[in-house]
Amino acid sequence: MSASRGGAARQAAPVFAALGDTTRLALVRRMSVEGPLSITRLSEGRGMTRQAITRHLHSLGRVGLVRDTRQGREHVFSLDLKRLEVAREYLDYVSAQWDAAAARLKAFVEAEE
Amino acid sequence: MTTDTDQPQTTDRIEKRFEVNAKRSRVWRAISDAGEFGAWFGMKLDRPFAAGATVLGQLTVPGYEHVSLEIQVERIEPEGYFSYRWHPYAIDPKADYSAEPTTLVEFRLEETTGGTAVMITESGFDRLPSSRRAEAFRMNDAGWTGQSRKLASYVS
Repeated sequence: MSASRGGAARQAAPVFAALGDTTRLALVRRMSVEGPLSITRLSEGRGMTRQAITRHLHSLGRVGLVRDTRQGREHVFSLDLKRLEVAREYLDYVSAQWDAAAARLKAFVEAEE
Repeated sequence: MTTDTDQPQTTDRIEKRFEVNAKRSRVWRAISDAGEFGAWFGMKLDRPFAAGATVLGQLTVPGYEHVSLEIQVERIEPEGYFSYRWHPYAIDPKADYSAEPTTLVEFRLEETTGGTAVMITESGFDRLPSSRRAEAFRMNDAGWTGQSRKLASYVS
């Protein structure tokens, strides 16, 4: 496990860096809800130019979070959820909350005994 | 305290098993009495737990007092089993979680020589939309602190 952890560290740091921006997080969220989207759709309602959105998408693409495919004349972007390992991360988060709750329950019932 | 049941392949459920030095009847009261449940969990519940009841909770955890949640009680079997459904850690007050699938939380109690074994499971995560899972990355300070800690342990 520790051997793969070192590799995971080198892979994880740039991913977190790419996600450390509200616009890019919003783009990730939209793609995770709506699936693959064109630049046109991703630019809607963001108050930013297509060029600015494209730059953000390329930042996400460089760390492997987003895939870029062509459909006719449009670029379509989609999320690479495996790269993000979001399912595992989310479960880790909820799991930590239950650890804390379990510790509080234990302290609570043992206080009177 | 170590409570993890090791299940590295599963993304659908979380299981916690731990022992407490207290009688089963005492632990049962702590999980089945809404007032006591709220005391250790960190929320104020608006009515007693009863099978089929919907109980509203308001978090009392500092910084999260604005968060309310709904607990749909499923089954109560005195001193042995208690289950409910909820939207797990639905803590964004601006988001509408009502259309999303819920997860099932189950408490099981067993008498042991030293006291009581408590098993908590939460299941149904695979049915949640991926957007909820992505929240681990944006959810709140605690999430980010956890992520930074993980990064720190990766690099050290």
